[in-house]
Amino acid sequence: MATTTSVSSLASHATPPRYRVYLKEAKYDFLKMIRMPAYALPTILFPVMFYVLFGILLASRQPGHSVQMSTYLLATYGAFGVIGAALFSFGVGVATERGQGWLQVKRASPMPPTAYFFAKVVTCMIFSLVIAACLILLGVFFGNVHITATMAASLSLVLVLGSIPFCAIGLAIGYLAGPNSAVAVVNLIYLPAGFCSGLWIPLEFLPHFLQRVAYQLPPYHLGRLALATVGYAHGGHILLHVAELVFTTIAALVIARIAYQRDAGKLYG
Amino acid sequence: MSMEMMTAGATPLTQKAAPPIAWLQGVSKNYGTVQALRSVDLLIPAGEILALLGPNGAGKTTAVNLLLGLATPTGGTVRVFGADPSYPEARTRIGAMLQVARIPETLRVREHIDLFSSYYPSPLPLSETLRIAGLTDLKDRLFGQLSGGQKQRVLFALAICGNPDLLLLDEPTVGLDVEARRLMWDQIRHLVRSGKTVLLTTHYLQEADALADRIVVINKGEIGAEGTPAQIKAKTAGKRIQCVTALSTDEIGAIAGVNCVARNGRNTVIDSREPEKVIRELMSRDAALTDIEVSSAALEDAFLALTRDTQVQEGQVQ
Repeated sequence: MATTTSVSSLASHATPPRYRVYLKEAKYDFLKMIRMPAYALPTILFPVMFYVLFGILLASRQPGHSVQMSTYLLATYGAFGVIGAALFSFGVGVATERGQGWLQVKRASPMPPTAYFFAKVVTCMIFSLVIAACLILLGVFFGNVHITATMAASLSLVLVLGSIPFCAIGLAIGYLAGPNSAVAVVNLIYLPAGFCSGLWIPLEFLPHFLQRVAYQLPPYHLGRLALATVGYAHGGHILLHVAELVFTTIAALVIARIAYQRDAGKLYG
Repeated sequence: MSMEMMTAGATPLTQKAAPPIAWLQGVSKNYGTVQALRSVDLLIPAGEILALLGPNGAGKTTAVNLLLGLATPTGGTVRVFGADPSYPEARTRIGAMLQVARIPETLRVREHIDLFSSYYPSPLPLSETLRIAGLTDLKDRLFGQLSGGQKQRVLFALAICGNPDLLLLDEPTVGLDVEARRLMWDQIRHLVRSGKTVLLTTHYLQEADALADRIVVINKGEIGAEGTPAQIKAKTAGKRIQCVTALSTDEIGAIAGVNCVARNGRNTVIDSREPEKVIRELMSRDAALTDIEVSSAALEDAFLALTRDTQVQEGQVQ
């Protein structure tokens, strides 16, 4: 046992290949979430339900506009869906696991902290891809949406990558909100912000003051990027929206970092 | 006051042969205005079971969190395997069982263990971890489907699966029934026989006595008594004498059968296992001796608190 007291012996333990830890973490995070009906069902079914109601059934009653409407709402409900997947997975997930002490157990282990966040981003991206695929298939087969395979692929890509800023926002909420209030906080942000950003119904139908609010909201910018992939490239330069989302990501990560440190300092027992 | 008395009766740590694998030296930890630990020295000798015994809120969990690098000390030094525990490398040789409310319920027992094993350089085989923790038949159950005691065993499995040299077990048997508690005791003893070092916190004197090579009593953030279970029990078996006397503490300390002595205002407080003998001696030396009071449990400050908390806990479980 004498050797165990020397620092140098730490080096003799070869660390396992890091990527395997990351892969396992992602695999089990996904399994954990997909088996959680309270997360998996609303995350996928809400955007699908909204799109079927507003984008397919209601739009078909507007002759002449139906195709445009179905295509437009395909992009915006896609954005709405992936934002929800990100905010709930990170906001509620982190707040809950933090509140239960599970994050403490993880932090006490040699798990690389980035693996935890990597896994949650991967889970969120898989859910985002499922949402995008469901909406595109529904639109194409039932909503008379005519988009090329390239457009469908780029819409999916934008939605999957576009969930990242909202993962960051969710992370900040996860560290700021209590485990019991996180669901309420996320809903209070998610639903109004989605509506005001023109993700439920096109922005043009909203009052003028709400349209001006929309320009300040991250979901609006993701909505615009998604719309651009299906042929609605108005509302400002694409790079502007990308820059807004990058800025949002950085700002949210900074807030999350501060909240994390505040939380670690409070640790009591 | 009583704390000084207990320290006076403790065996010096330097008598221990085994080198310490981890230690706290002069460690204080404040949370805002709350002092969770005050200038605590704690050595964890290699290859032994050390029990940190104290009531809820005594600072046991804080000590564990400091050793895990989950908290940084306000003052003093913490070392684990010679290194600062905030370095993640040190954690590859530590397994921890913390007090948690819940862990993700939609993963299976074997999935939880498989994931945690992947964090460590040379983990135990899955079947071995399952066997030690008594979970072989439950390996395909979702965590949420387990009983309280079974969940506790999963947390124990997560602590041992990485084959760590040092195990930090924070109240490992809370919520377990008698049989499950004995089973976990057996497993912990077995791990130490195979060369592991264990620090466990508990508020059951009985548990510390059954398991530990050494017991350190902690209360209100300070180390009280420490010693072998026999020494600690001997103290609890003694009596406390309070009186008003003209004799000095040095004179009283020299009387055979006196464990420790201290002044408390005009009172003198003496702990002894042979109170009758000590009182006879006191009276023969000081004719003016007055206000004699004899109470049981010399470590009452620490242990009455312990028993009270234990009873409350058990009352809640029932």
